[in-house]
Amino acid sequence: MMSGAAMVVEALKDAGVSHVFGYPGGAVLDIYDALFAQDSVKHILVRHEQAAAHMADGYARSTGKTGTVLVTSGPGATNTITGIATAYMDSIPMVVLSGQVPSMHIGEDAFQETDMVGCSRPIVKHSFLVKRTVDIPDAIAKAYYIASTGRPGPVVVDLPKDLVNIQEKHLYSYPQSIYMRSYNPTLSGHKKQIKKALEALKNAQRPVLYVGGGAVAANASAKVIALAESLQAPVTCTLMGLGAFPGQHNQSLGMLGMHGTLEANKAMHNADCILALGARFDDRVTNNVAKFCPHATIIHVDIDPASISKTVNAHIPVVGSVEKVLEQLLESLALEGSQADKLADWWQQIEQWRQRNCLRYQQADDKIKPQQVVESVYRHTQGQAFVSSDVGQHQMFAALYYKFARPRQWINSGGLGTMGFGLPAAMGVQVAHPEATSVVITGDGSIQMNIQELSTCLQYNLPIKIISLNNQALGMVRQWQDMIYKGRHSHSYMESMPDFVKLAEAYGHVGIRVDHPDELEAAMEQCFSLKERLVFVDVRVDQNEHVYPMQIKSGAMDDMRLSKMERT
Amino acid sequence: MKRIISVLMENAPGALSRIIGVFSQRGYNVDSLCVAPTNDPSLSRLTIITHGDSKIIEQITKQVNKLIDVLKVADLTEGAHIERELMLIKVATRTEAIRAEVKRNTDIFRARIVDVNAHNYTIEITGTTDKLDAFALTMSQASEIIESSRTGVCGLGRGERALRP
Repeated sequence: MMSGAAMVVEALKDAGVSHVFGYPGGAVLDIYDALFAQDSVKHILVRHEQAAAHMADGYARSTGKTGTVLVTSGPGATNTITGIATAYMDSIPMVVLSGQVPSMHIGEDAFQETDMVGCSRPIVKHSFLVKRTVDIPDAIAKAYYIASTGRPGPVVVDLPKDLVNIQEKHLYSYPQSIYMRSYNPTLSGHKKQIKKALEALKNAQRPVLYVGGGAVAANASAKVIALAESLQAPVTCTLMGLGAFPGQHNQSLGMLGMHGTLEANKAMHNADCILALGARFDDRVTNNVAKFCPHATIIHVDIDPASISKTVNAHIPVVGSVEKVLEQLLESLALEGSQADKLADWWQQIEQWRQRNCLRYQQADDKIKPQQVVESVYRHTQGQAFVSSDVGQHQMFAALYYKFARPRQWINSGGLGTMGFGLPAAMGVQVAHPEATSVVITGDGSIQMNIQELSTCLQYNLPIKIISLNNQALGMVRQWQDMIYKGRHSHSYMESMPDFVKLAEAYGHVGIRVDHPDELEAAMEQCFSLKERLVFVDVRVDQNEHVYPMQIKSGAMDDMRLSKMERT
Repeated sequence: MKRIISVLMENAPGALSRIIGVFSQRGYNVDSLCVAPTNDPSLSRLTIITHGDSKIIEQITKQVNKLIDVLKVADLTEGAHIERELMLIKVATRTEAIRAEVKRNTDIFRARIVDVNAHNYTIEITGTTDKLDAFALTMSQASEIIESSRTGVCGLGRGERALRP
């Protein structure tokens, strides 16, 4: 016999949860009391609930395990909404336990009452409003099952205060296995579709593998590499897929899409066969769908049938886990033998595009270029760090100039584009990987959206390395204003920038400011040598730098600007 | 084009709001909606009348099917099917002549008078949406419609086709 509060903690243990990110409040005090009495589930106290959700998210992205959030009712719960939406858009497994006012007061506009199940409904995979104490273990077990299987996503479990009362004891029973008649994701691809896909790949003269976040979620990286090598096909990754195929591999074309490389977008546009693996033909990839890849037979592998033919029609849909389907493809391919030579012409063409060297940029003696900062971070971390980012120009620079070697190394808010994600996400990464280097590449706009978490970092000794590409403006907004609004910089300039060095120091950390290109290497050296400390590097970068390449609006994939002057 | 989407789902709290949510958040149309528990009280059957091109209808069925509470989704308009809607309609019957005309049309449409008052009749009619529309038009010509209430369409596939868990 145990209380509902104890059941919550016990169920978390049974679900294999090691860390909970949260913030206490009236409706969850009983649960916090139950947390106090044990040490197998560790709690990380944040400074704002939004950050708790992003931390759980970073934890989940970097490990593949489900992240857990615990917050109180009302504002505690609503503060997690942006974090839940971020996880939902990127299919990240997360369970959010939210307190709720006592059952008898639900609907009375009680103090700190919010209909959390209702508020979160459009941005969760599923949610539970628990009605009886004895149902708590079952609801929590199902929440973890749903969050982590099929196409992963966030699940909310709303717990009315009277159900977790520490005085009332009930029988605890955690389900041994979960069966839900209404939920049973398809994992293996249909044999007939596999055969069709194989046929198309074998006949292709100009194939491309287009790899998305689904390949990361399915832990399919090794099989992506195996298939790519077996076919000798070029590979491009989406923003969410970076690392699923090694950035330094000679078959890698880098990222595709709005800020993708010339070779990736050219290869897509000219391909005769595209194998999409856990990617969803997002508008930041396709540009104008009417002009999208006119010559290609599209094979679309996705665990979510609703992602297939949603924006771009798939000629060969394959519903299944990327990992399973690749296994099926590789098995059949092994029987066929190699046929790599026939792609020689295709590779020759790709080499010509590569030679345009679309990522080159002009260095300057007096101004630090954001690209060179990312390249410096890459060198100083031997390309092995976990890199989290916020949203904006710095995110694209990080995605393009840090060549990710492995999946789950690159942590960013791809779908929702959440500024303020980077620092807490990097903290979740550090909690999960205490020995690893956890870097956040951010900007002066984004970092201020969750700056309060510097305090949490001190409390839990999280030695994050914050590299802020400070251009004293909202860079991506400014870039669009330059390009589309004739340089009218409406509210994209920050006139009262704090002294970030002093700010870092006020929170008990190390701050370094870099103004001149000559100082950059020494600053990076110092930053990464301070293994035990959080270091905030405020790098003053060229305000006028734009992110290139960039697709031209309403064009085809390969209609791009390569610099301020140069178009494809 | 009009479509009849039939959904078998868990009879659980919040299940209906999730389905309605998919329609509102993704901008799909709901022309009518009819929902009630089935012979198995743990399940609900829901019939949605919607319209859109085939790409939209495909997305609707996929997005609804994706909901955790949903067991099965079918587009009944893809095959032979039966569809029925029920309407209760209250019409003014102030004169003998109008009463007779209302009664006569009620018989012609095989509807039934289920409540009689000094100044009005309440009539029950089932059938397809077209038939109910035609009856309502006839009644408005014969007399004055005081109020009416319709259930929205419910439907089943003909023959062997069935939505079962």
